[in-house]
This record gives sequence, C-alpha cells and structure tokens, in this order.
Amino acid sequence: MPNTPTNIKSKYKIKGLERRKFRFAMVILIPTVILYLVLRIIPILGTFYLSLHNWNLIKLHRPFIGLQNFVKIVKDKFFRIALVNTTVFTVFVVLISVTLALLLALALKKKSKIGSFYEFAYFLPFVIPMVPVSIIWKWMYDRTYGIINFVLTSLGLKAVGWLTDPDVALYSIIVMSIWKVLGYYMVLFLVGLRNIPDQYYEAAAVDGAVGWQVFKNITFPLLKRMTLYISVIATIQAFNVFTQVYVMTTGTQGAPAAAVRVLVYEIYQNGFRYFKMGYASAQVVVLFAIVMFISLLQFKFFRTEDY
Amino acid sequence: MNKQVQVRKIAKNWYHIILMLGVVLMLFPFIWMFLSSFKTEQEILFVPPTFFPLEPTWNNFVSVCSRIPIFRYFLNSVLVAGVSTLCVLITSALAGTVFAKYSFPFKNLLFIIILGTTMIPFECYMIPFYLMVSKAGLIDTYTGIIAPLVITSFGIFLMRQQVETIPDDLMDAARIDGSNEFGVFLNVVLPLSKSALAALAIFNFMFGWAFFVWPLIITNSSEHFVLEVGLTMFQNQYTVEYGPVMAGTAISVLPLIIVFMFFRRHIISGMAMSGMKS
Repeated sequence: MPNTPTNIKSKYKIKGLERRKFRFAMVILIPTVILYLVLRIIPILGTFYLSLHNWNLIKLHRPFIGLQNFVKIVKDKFFRIALVNTTVFTVFVVLISVTLALLLALALKKKSKIGSFYEFAYFLPFVIPMVPVSIIWKWMYDRTYGIINFVLTSLGLKAVGWLTDPDVALYSIIVMSIWKVLGYYMVLFLVGLRNIPDQYYEAAAVDGAVGWQVFKNITFPLLKRMTLYISVIATIQAFNVFTQVYVMTTGTQGAPAAAVRVLVYEIYQNGFRYFKMGYASAQVVVLFAIVMFISLLQFKFFRTEDY
Repeated sequence: MNKQVQVRKIAKNWYHIILMLGVVLMLFPFIWMFLSSFKTEQEILFVPPTFFPLEPTWNNFVSVCSRIPIFRYFLNSVLVAGVSTLCVLITSALAGTVFAKYSFPFKNLLFIIILGTTMIPFECYMIPFYLMVSKAGLIDTYTGIIAPLVITSFGIFLMRQQVETIPDDLMDAARIDGSNEFGVFLNVVLPLSKSALAALAIFNFMFGWAFFVWPLIITNSSEHFVLEVGLTMFQNQYTVEYGPVMAGTAISVLPLIIVFMFFRRHIISGMAMSGMKS
C-alpha cells in the first residue's frame, strides 16, 4: 500500500505502542531482577562461596580452604547422626502421610455435608503454625503429666518417655509431623481426584471393573502427576524439618538434643550458635545436593507419558 | 428384613467410623490445649488428669499477659505477614503480567532462573542472607524480618499462569481507549485475576505467619518478636508451668481457628489452587 498519511500515522502509532510496552516491561522487570539478585541469587551463590572458606563470624581471618569443610563433614559424627535422623524422619513422614492422605481423599471424594466437616477437621492442623502445635504436643507427650501416658497407664501399659527416651523421641516427632501435614496432602489429592473426568469411571463400569481394579487402572495412573508433586514437596519439607525439633527439644522437659539432631538444626547450631558459618554453609550444600538428588529420583520413578 | 438393610447400611459406611476416629485425633490436641489453659496450677498437674477443669480460671491468661507482651507479638505477626503479603501481591502481579504478555530479550532464560529458585528452600541461603542483612544494619528490625518475604517465584509463576488466560484483545481494547500500560494492568489485568490474587494472598499470609527460623535468628529484642518466636521464648523460660504456656498458645491459636472456620472454603481451595498450579 502506498504511504498515505493515515497509514504512516498508524505505523508511528504502532511503533510508539511497541516502545511504550517495552518501556513498561523494563520498568517492572529491572526492579524484579534486582530484587531477585539481592534476595535470592547472591545469597545462594554466597552459600557456595562460604562453604569453601574457613569463615567464622567472630574471626577476621577467613581463608579459602578448598574442600576441607566437606572433608570435615564426612568425619563429623554429629552430622552423620543428623543425616541418619533426617533420612529416617523423611522416609516415615513422606511414606505414611502421602499414603494416608490418598486413602482419606478416596474416602472423601464424594462431596457431602459431613465431608466438609471432615475437611475442616483434617485441614485444621495444617492451618495452625508449627510452634503452637509443637508446644501442645510437647505437653501431651510429657512423661509424668502428659495425657498420652495417662491413657497408656490406664490401659495397663508402661509409661513412655516420648521426648526424653533417645530411642523414641524421633518417632514421637514423626507422629506429630504426620498429624500436621496430613490434611494438606489430602486436599491436594482431592483436587486431583475430582479432576478425573467421570467418563473414565463410567467406561470402566461398563467394562465391569470394580474396586481395586478401578483404582489400579484408572485412578492411580491419572493421579501419578499429583502424587509426584506431593511427594516432592513432602520430601523437601521433611528434609528441612526444624521448628518442631527446635521447640520440642529445648527446655528441661524436652528431648535429648543428640537423639533428634536433624540437619537444619545442626546447621542452625553451627552457623548461629558457634558462628562457624563456612562450615555450616558446607553442610547446607550437602543438604541441598541430597534434596535435589531425591527430587530427581522421584521424577524418574513417577515419570509418565502425558495423557 | 429391616435389620438386614440396616446392617448393609452400616457395612457400606464402615469407613465413617475410622474417619470419625481420625477427626478425634485431629481435633483432640486443640481441645486439650483449651481445657488445660483453664485449669489451676495444681489441677493441671493432677495424676490422673481431669478432663474438664474442676474450677475454671482465667489466671493462666492473666499470668501470660502480665509476663510477656503477647498482644504486641500478635501485632508484629500481623505486620510481618500483612506487609510481606502485600509486597508479594504487588511484585507477583506486575512481574507475572510482564512475563505473560510482554516480550523482551532473555525472557525465557530469566523465567527459568526464577522458576529454578522455587525449588531452593530458604534454609539453603539463610546464612549469607543473615550476613547481608547484618551488613545493611537491619538486624533486629521489621525490615530485616520482612526482607526475604517480599518476592516469591511461586507468586510470579502463579500470576503468569493466570494472566496468560486473559485475551490480548481485552488489553488492546483498553489501549485503543487511550489507556497506558499501567492503566491496562490496573483496569484489565487486576480485576480479572482476583481469585488467583486471593489464593496467593492466603497462601502467603499463612506462610509469613508461620515463618519461624528467620525471625528467630534475626530478632533479639522482645519488642520485635513475632508471635511464634515470642511463644517459643516464653515456653523455654517457663517449661514446667504448663498452665500459662497453654494459655499463651491458646491466645495465639484461637484467632486462626476462628478465621479458618469462617473462610474454610476459601482457604482450602486457595491452598489447593496454589498446589495445583505448580
């Protein structure tokens, strides 16, 4: 088309619009990138940097020491205990809470009046923060005055030092942690279940599939992605367990610290009690590598063709 | 005949018995907390314990309030969770819109970097973060507590998903009407993203409220304690005094239970939506 005046005008308009759009994008983007750099990227890189240094908050000499921190970790008895404890914690919490959540979701799939009451009850522990919840459980676990030991002894069983017995303490914290997260995973499974189109079930019914067959051939394959997602976040969260351990192990009635040493607690102690921030950062790097490795494994395990 | 029907009915609903048992397990700790907080100093240590308080008393509540500024802690928590949520809503909505509807160099690369950091929990960079905050002189300040919470990858991701569903034509129509880009954002994008924003707000408020390890590290004066930290310090100091400790816990929990009761549907679906989108 020849360059009629109106055409030139609209061309300029479009150019102006593009420029305006670009300017707007930059005005938003640049601060976002800066925030990201300062609040995420630099600290993340900082962790790696610190992990290669003998970096103590109260010492001014902070030499580069290569991988020596990691060598030290391998020999560190407390770190090994923490790693074992955290792994046990994660395995139990993830397996049990995800399985129970799936069962609950299957039972609550149909929407009903009583169903929303169930949802309320099971979701409530997730809504309440970890600190008050830990304090309440600590009180229920109390060896002498706790309600749980009272129930046990009145059934003729022996009282247990739920938080004071080093063989038991970790499992007490596991039980309480499952109780805390169960409802969240249940709700996520419910979303997944309710997203499965009814036709699938109808088709299965026509083919005469019942109960377990339906679950095995329809429900579970279609829930795979949701299961993957839930198990990944469950694993990451469980590996980063800290608050409940911190609250339940401090004070005289609490658990013996060594028995429930977990990784983030160990990192917290080294970094902010003893100010060995280089060493603590190396522990963070190890923790991070483990979590990433497990997440990748889960992706492999649950990988499935799109449907 | 009738009996048979009944038996069948029970057999069909057997799982409700288990579900109800589960409900008792879920709710009991909270019930026990409230009951304990009304017991006298002697009664709470009764062996065997009483279920209902024999002489219900407010003493535990009075004693908490006289020993720690629990309402100040509460307001601190509201401030931290509230301001951080506001910041996240603003940053997520703006950045999400730009990533969904605008083109610029390195867009995909930047987005992948942002997504990549979602997988990295705060614990993994809190040590350098602490050093930076301390260098900036923000230790033991509200700004310091809120700093890590003003932006989330998850929020940007959620908002990008949301804004992508808005038709370009709607935004162009606003432009033709003479609106500038910010006006398009305010008058077209925001109103159409209300439910995603609400879900993000709920998710973030809860996260900010329960955020523990960072405020624990960075605050050392009582006036800056958020509720969770204040409560922890209180129970460390008075471990054996379960009455006041339970009363303090009850004060911290009650508002949340009430909010959850009224907004149960929104909260659950908001959390579920946040889960789904990722």
